[in-house]
Amino acid sequence: MSATTATAPAKGRQMSIGRLLLEGRAFFALIAIIAVFSFLSPNYFTVGNFLIMSSQVAIFGILSVGMLLVILNGGIDLSVGSILALAGVCAGAMMQGVEIEALGVILYPPVWAVVVLTLCVGAAVGAVNGILVAFFKVPPFVATLGVMYVARGVALLMTNGLTYNNLRGSEALGNTGFSWLGFYRLGGVPISVIVLAVIAIAAGLMLQRSAFGRWLYASGGNERAAELSGVPVKRVKITVYVVSGMLAAVAGLVLASQLTSAGPTAGTTYELTAIAAVVIGGAALTGGRGNVRGTMLGAFVIGFLSAGLVIIGVSSYWQTVFTGAVIVLAVLMNSLQYGGGARKG
Amino acid sequence: MSERTTGEVVLAARNVAKSYGQVHALKGVNFDIHRGQVTTLFGENGAGKSTLMKILSGVIQPTTGQIVLDGQPVAFANANDARDRGISIIHQELSLAPNMSVRDNIFMGREIKGATGVDYAEEERQVRVLMEELEEEIDPLTPVEDLRLGQQQIVEIARALSVDSRILIMDEPTSALSASEVEVLFKVIRDLTARGVSIVYISHHLEEALTITDHAVVLRDGNMTAYAPRSEIDLDWIVRNMVGDNYDLGSPPETTVGNVALSIRNLSVPDMTGKDLVDGLNLDLRAGEIVCIYGLMGAGRTELLETVAGRLSASAGEIVLEGREISHLTIGDRIARGLALVPEDRQRDGLVQTMSVGQNLSLASIGRFTRGLFTSRRDERQLIDDSIRQVTVKTAGGHAPIGSLSGGNQQKVVIGKILATQPRVIMLDEPSRGIDIGAKAEVFRLLAEGARQGLAVIYSTSEVSECLSIAHRIIVMHKGRISAEFDSSVSKEKIMAASGESVAA
Repeated sequence: MSATTATAPAKGRQMSIGRLLLEGRAFFALIAIIAVFSFLSPNYFTVGNFLIMSSQVAIFGILSVGMLLVILNGGIDLSVGSILALAGVCAGAMMQGVEIEALGVILYPPVWAVVVLTLCVGAAVGAVNGILVAFFKVPPFVATLGVMYVARGVALLMTNGLTYNNLRGSEALGNTGFSWLGFYRLGGVPISVIVLAVIAIAAGLMLQRSAFGRWLYASGGNERAAELSGVPVKRVKITVYVVSGMLAAVAGLVLASQLTSAGPTAGTTYELTAIAAVVIGGAALTGGRGNVRGTMLGAFVIGFLSAGLVIIGVSSYWQTVFTGAVIVLAVLMNSLQYGGGARKG
Repeated sequence: MSERTTGEVVLAARNVAKSYGQVHALKGVNFDIHRGQVTTLFGENGAGKSTLMKILSGVIQPTTGQIVLDGQPVAFANANDARDRGISIIHQELSLAPNMSVRDNIFMGREIKGATGVDYAEEERQVRVLMEELEEEIDPLTPVEDLRLGQQQIVEIARALSVDSRILIMDEPTSALSASEVEVLFKVIRDLTARGVSIVYISHHLEEALTITDHAVVLRDGNMTAYAPRSEIDLDWIVRNMVGDNYDLGSPPETTVGNVALSIRNLSVPDMTGKDLVDGLNLDLRAGEIVCIYGLMGAGRTELLETVAGRLSASAGEIVLEGREISHLTIGDRIARGLALVPEDRQRDGLVQTMSVGQNLSLASIGRFTRGLFTSRRDERQLIDDSIRQVTVKTAGGHAPIGSLSGGNQQKVVIGKILATQPRVIMLDEPSRGIDIGAKAEVFRLLAEGARQGLAVIYSTSEVSECLSIAHRIIVMHKGRISAEFDSSVSKEKIMAASGESVAA
């Protein structure tokens, strides 16, 4: 009966070439990067090189998945680089043996226990972030900035600034196998890449298909509306920081295993690379928009670009310039996509 | 109102059309603004009112057609260009910086320069003069965020008045004002027109607009469907032309009134300073019953409903849902038990703008289509399709972005989201705010239908005519307490008197 018409300027939009390029920008950027470097260097387009590059991307990729969850929630997690270092140092310390003075013994926990305990450390630091943000209403930027310093400081204190070099363990102590994460391959594929794939698929499924994923998108898009719809917004918030911390610990384990050493200064500025990957992947820093596929593409764009620049012999200073330019370009495209999006006319 | 039907045309739209891609928001409209008179633009949401006003004030440019100012065709480059020529607009959405003071907001972008920077004293003096004119006790140095919504709207109006405009466009200026503030605004409008200022007025509050206007123009679907001077029209004429149909918000439905579904006992809700916004309130709501809460802004209606829903916490009292005390439960648990709120501000509290129509509809009932770890797409689509049909949302489908819907349809999505949770008690805070008559009637019909099936409904409103529609019982709130309770045969005057409102003779 009413003559109301929904004014929908964005409906029935054609998939023009421009639109297609805009929506699939991270994908096309990756193709372009691969094409250009394959042309410039014969060493780039080889299975071996791709596997090496991918195992480097794995570290950033794992961090980026956690970062994506936090950013979808409308937050940011600056502490992941420090958590990565702290996790590595914790693992290193446990591999060297934990001395219990009261009993006068040194414990050498098996590798599985080291992994579990390290993940717990990451989750605990993440929980501190989450509680600060959700219950004490500290802005995420400030809360995680503080935790970033604290975690880095603790890692430095634990080692006195030194690096644990021998993480191989020994047969006699029954704690060998730590290098498995960083060196072994399954069907030719490095374990780290498999770990990344499993995490990405799990996160993707969770975001697209689980109730929690829907809660996360809703509370990132409009927290007040989500809360009134019965979404436990505080629980969602704490969970994303815990998961982000835990994934940072996973990345820390992988990195320590790859290097067979754990240093307190590892992972410095990695949080920024992770944020960059998420942004290049099309997520909005205001929350509620973004997905795992985009973030993975973003991580590979950054990883393949810097690896390519190394292979063709460009100075690492230029790498920094290029990476920065890509990030700015990505943000520009994001504002094109969301700024001109559907609006009520 | 005095008879002033003739007057020189100062600003006119000639055959103005505006298209956004495939969507034609305006289809060749002619529109005259007369010197020193009020022209009111009527029309449902999406009829093109705001688009036309944005064109006249230079915010957007027409696709085709012409703007004629003082007989000369003009093209405004932007809103500043139009403002320089004496045209200013008060937008529907407030555009104030909440962190800045009233003074700084009013002079934002055109600060008065003195010998040593900004002349704050002079600005402050001018603000005081404006506030005196608007009969509002607002200190110029108060941050805008400390003002209530109605006062913020006054500031917005003061800002438009502070520029000496010849033509002033007001897009829903009264939506957050109390009755007495509206009176003052109308007095100001009369003063302005006496000084030769032309006013263009847009409001969903038809009766109110009729008391002030000299001309009425009705838009429908981007076309101008009717024009007449005030002397020739009445409420029926406007409504007929707006919706092309009889306008009826319904009457209390025949329902089977069951047991008490919701019982509020001695409920008190304090504000930050400890003052009680809701003060020892008692209320029983039965299944199948529709109760309307009437009250002015600040009467405590929103606080009452939000406390019952679980957003705010009470300092004392009990909330009993179907015999069980629920004060300690989370919002989610209350929804699961069958109690849900449709909030007042749908943009801020009702919708997730980054999600689609369908995802918004299913948001509060994710549990209904979750199987084990994962959601079932098929079941969700079923739920969304059912919802869209039930609340008759006009949309291209569940995948359409929520921003593509008109205000009325967005409101239906919020209501549909709550109905999808299969509630037994539904609370709606100002469900008709900012939506047109057609959508309003549909919303009320939905509620009446729900009550027939045993749903207990409670809604708040600040329009008396909405109390006297589907409600079986009318509760008037004043300063956090129930000041009166009526059945549906009460008169408008009695309701208004009980709310502490001054009744215009």
